[in-house]
Amino acid sequence: MCSLALFPPPLPSGQITLYETNNEFVSGKSPNYYEKQITQHWDPPSLCFHRETLKPHSRPESSSKAAFLDHKDTLWMRSAGAWRDAGLSGLLDEITNSAGKVPKWLTMSSGCILALLRWMSSFHGSLFPHLTLSGEEMVAEFSEVLDWLDSAVRSFAWHPHTDKFAVALLDDSIKIYNSRSATAPTLKHRLQRSVSAMQWKPLCASVLAVACHTCMLIWHVDPNSLSTRPSSGCAQVLSHPGHSPVTSIAWSPSGSLLVSASPVDTAMMVWDVAAEICVPLQRVGGGGVTNLSWSPDGSRLWAATPSALFRVWETKMWTCERWPCLRGRCQAGCWSPDGSRLLFSVQGETVIYALTFSHMTGGPKSAAVVADLSETTFTGLDSDLRVGGEVQSLAWDPTGERLAVLLKGNAEISSHPAIIAVFKTRSSPIFELLPCGFVRGEVGAEPRLIQFHSHFQHGALLTVCWSNGRISHVPFYFVSMGRPHSGGSPPLPHFTSKTEDYSTLTLYTEQVS
Amino acid sequence: MFSVSQNCWFIRKVVTWRAVASIAWSVLLLPVTTTLFVFLVRLSLFHPVQWIAECFALLTAPSTIFPLFLLSGVVLVIGFFNLKYYTVVPSIPCSRVALLAKLLHPRQCVHSLVHCAVGMVVMWCASVIAGVRYRTLSSPCTGSESGSVPETCLNEYHLFFLLAGAFMGYSHSFLGVVQNMNYVSFQIILQYKYMRFKGSLASVVKCGALQSLHSVRNYVALYYFFGHLPRAWILNMLNLQMDSALCSLDSLAGLLDPSLLYHLWISGTFLLLTWYITVLLFRIYVTEPYRFPVQSTFAEDTDQCLPKVLTEKDVLVMKFLALQDLALLARYSPSCRQEVFSLSQPGGHPHNWNAISKECLALLGELTQRLVAHHDTVASNGRAKRPSVSSDARSVSSGNSVMSGAEDLLQTPHPSSIIKTPGSVFKSSMMGLSSPMTVPFTPDLESPFSSPAVRRLAGHQVPPSPWYGSVQSPHVMRRGPKLWSTSTDSQANGSPPPTPAPTPSTLRPEQKSSFLAQWLQNRKEQVKSFLTKRVMIAYLFNKLPEASSQALFADSQAHIWALEGLSHLVAASFSEDKYGVVQTTLPSILSCMLTLQEAVDRHFKLPHASSKPVKTTCSMGDATYKTLRFALRAALKTAIYRITSTFGEHLNAVCISVEHQKRLQQFMEYRE
Repeated sequence: MCSLALFPPPLPSGQITLYETNNEFVSGKSPNYYEKQITQHWDPPSLCFHRETLKPHSRPESSSKAAFLDHKDTLWMRSAGAWRDAGLSGLLDEITNSAGKVPKWLTMSSGCILALLRWMSSFHGSLFPHLTLSGEEMVAEFSEVLDWLDSAVRSFAWHPHTDKFAVALLDDSIKIYNSRSATAPTLKHRLQRSVSAMQWKPLCASVLAVACHTCMLIWHVDPNSLSTRPSSGCAQVLSHPGHSPVTSIAWSPSGSLLVSASPVDTAMMVWDVAAEICVPLQRVGGGGVTNLSWSPDGSRLWAATPSALFRVWETKMWTCERWPCLRGRCQAGCWSPDGSRLLFSVQGETVIYALTFSHMTGGPKSAAVVADLSETTFTGLDSDLRVGGEVQSLAWDPTGERLAVLLKGNAEISSHPAIIAVFKTRSSPIFELLPCGFVRGEVGAEPRLIQFHSHFQHGALLTVCWSNGRISHVPFYFVSMGRPHSGGSPPLPHFTSKTEDYSTLTLYTEQVS
Repeated sequence: MFSVSQNCWFIRKVVTWRAVASIAWSVLLLPVTTTLFVFLVRLSLFHPVQWIAECFALLTAPSTIFPLFLLSGVVLVIGFFNLKYYTVVPSIPCSRVALLAKLLHPRQCVHSLVHCAVGMVVMWCASVIAGVRYRTLSSPCTGSESGSVPETCLNEYHLFFLLAGAFMGYSHSFLGVVQNMNYVSFQIILQYKYMRFKGSLASVVKCGALQSLHSVRNYVALYYFFGHLPRAWILNMLNLQMDSALCSLDSLAGLLDPSLLYHLWISGTFLLLTWYITVLLFRIYVTEPYRFPVQSTFAEDTDQCLPKVLTEKDVLVMKFLALQDLALLARYSPSCRQEVFSLSQPGGHPHNWNAISKECLALLGELTQRLVAHHDTVASNGRAKRPSVSSDARSVSSGNSVMSGAEDLLQTPHPSSIIKTPGSVFKSSMMGLSSPMTVPFTPDLESPFSSPAVRRLAGHQVPPSPWYGSVQSPHVMRRGPKLWSTSTDSQANGSPPPTPAPTPSTLRPEQKSSFLAQWLQNRKEQVKSFLTKRVMIAYLFNKLPEASSQALFADSQAHIWALEGLSHLVAASFSEDKYGVVQTTLPSILSCMLTLQEAVDRHFKLPHASSKPVKTTCSMGDATYKTLRFALRAALKTAIYRITSTFGEHLNAVCISVEHQKRLQQFMEYRE
């Protein structure tokens, strides 16, 4: 079993991980390394969204709303408004608060009913504590993004087939960057608030699903269009009563279905997006669904719940297996590219578990620990660095050779920052995780979100969103075992300043070709 | 339609048994719903112990057995009607008058009458269970002063319940037509029957309660105004008297009785719930996937194999299930895919693949033609084609076009219009799974798939060469003989559908008849313009927005499966097809899909085509058909992308037309 102690020590502060080649991480001082590289391939732009420039949406609080309402309205008008805005509890609240204008018995009874409702909801909340959270807090709690509330980049999504990605920002806008066009369309919609997840539809060029506060938006972004602000008519709104906020969405790899999950809804929804039909899939237990991940071969779907329980759905007949965890809820999970292996981590534990599925034996009986991420101290030149702890998110590259793990760290202790640990993975003869290295960013920037590019030609490309608003791309150059390599040697980056790279480089390429 | 299909092995062996199983389950569930009903209808909050004891006593009493038997009989009748009236392709009326025609169709009248009667039976049972007050039709008068001769009075509550049953039965039948309740849609995901039932039970209960509430509201209003009529009739017939001590129920005081309304609502919910559960179970059972073998070792079973079943034209449910099975096996079952790609022994022909791909392509080609024809009609601004313009062939017979239009209204399709065209690739598909909507009035409930216009289409537009293999775009096809097709706008002008004659085969262009046709056309325009000025007629004949678009894609579930099946098979063939049987058809598959894509794109540029339907509130009717066109568009794109992403650059070597090559390039670059 791999542990963090076997890792090469992380770079000293100030050094930035640029790329991996020859099984080694190459570092530099400046983040602007990437522009000098390969010219025939599209360079994903290294973007920077400063936290200060983005204005978060100012939300009308329910408490401040009353100040703007005309209090000369009749009680009936206000009651109707309260009913429309806040439902039954709002109506009861309105009636209770307007004593003197309504009969006393009505005030009394509505007050009693309100108290009863609150008691019941608090009872329900004590069973499932996450229900007491507000919408935004809930998204922040269950998001795969570290410190989602404060993050300038709320979500990030690579297109599964082309060089195109979407970035959701703090100000509730989404920007789309494309390799082919210089225009970066910005998507804004009235309902697009607190974006928690995005995913491009597979086997499609233009459809982007966005999980929002109250609904899901399906954007149709025409790749040929030159418009920088597609109208909100390009977005399709999918919503279901009681199914918000949506914290996770997953397209089936065949592109036909979309599954959405909300921590407040015990059912997850399977959507036929084009026809706007949804089928709720409900199972007892869990109190909601927080995270979803569809295995790349499309045969299984992992669904985590806010309780210490997750499910693995089989997607042909939609039956599920229950997996109770011992310690806490399942925080992160990812599938191997062939869909046979699920890695997941549990809140409160510092290990990565693996479940192996095969067609022959049905399902696995128990999960095996494959990596130990307990805290390790690396002694540096100037200060010690503590690494390890709980996992925030997991990402496995599409070739199945690199696994990036975003470790939470401890926000209070400066010597224990969040960090990305990268493992090499090997599936034969036995499944193994081998240490590769730590990815470090600029001074003071901590990683918030990680995602792999879906079809990087020369290995794997990890995109990292940092707390200072920078989005950087870290390529790992290697020759994949599984992928038939047609194009000869991978074009390695040319650094005129680093002559020592050249010597090893040639050797490496000769070996390959 | 059923008389033809009754003999089909599939109906006999599968559908009937599925229906029987669903009915059996509904009967088995009846005691459960009855128990619930008893508890709810006898509800008394203030005496809970007495309430529960009473309910148990009632449930175990022998007098409850008879209503239960009756209710089982009712469920049998409802189940039988479900089986006889269900359809997998909804018939969509394009105007209000068509809807009216559908409602007044004899078949529908039988349906309504039977439902009225059955509703009365259910309500009788409910009234027997509900309590003493409702139990009998006649009761001794309470207000009679002379105690010597006990007169019998009418128990109006009982009558009120019975009539409510009839009303609810009728409104169920009526709403069934309006909401297409007999349409059976297929789920987007597969689930086990029990899970599906459990999942949809809550919504069915909610639906039943809501619908019952609406019915009660309408019924009470109706009874308030017209209640005295049936009451007087009953009084007369049975020689009963009104009870002067009680206030009559068609007064406000009598009707606004909370306990009466509550009992009525609960009974109505019970009635609708038992029926809805029967419908739900029937739908779940019928749409359960069926495994058709790809090939059989025994000769007598060959007509049950997938390639053979796919070509079915009469039994649509079998065709749909076969297409669903194709889509599933193409996706999930490598062993079945091997069978599809296998060669025959001896001979070495890929018969399975040829038959399957040919049928799927025929389906898609037929849809393309339908769309092109529709687009042509709309593009020519709704005017029916002048016979002389469109083709010489029709000029002779167009003289009686108005008459045939009238005949269409009377729902008489012309069997003589079937023209068998040997060599037509489309023939089979068009005859079978033809559009029920190509005729604007979708008049024929008996065989909604044999509309004259479609037959004409089948017989008439024989492409010069077989569809696949040739390069044909809609533009090319439009240069062919112009057809009459869904003149969707013609009803907007308030005319009877200008269906031309159903026998277009005679090829004798005559000058004289052409004049006659011209004259008739002018007269028709005059009549039309006269009629449009009448508000009522305009209201009735105005085309419902997006109905024509919905109607064009009414059977698109079949196309979606065909696309899914084909694309998955083609994608799998990249690594699994040892003999390269798929490669030979790849150009035709690609060009067929791209042509369809072009036609679909053009269709969505029409007004109303891309407008989303209004979300329906809770109703038992399935509204899936309303959005099928969007699903088809998405499925088509996904299918093309699936092929392009699998084959990648290899597709450049495939021999298709330049136009399609360009389009394909767009797909390969993910720019569509």
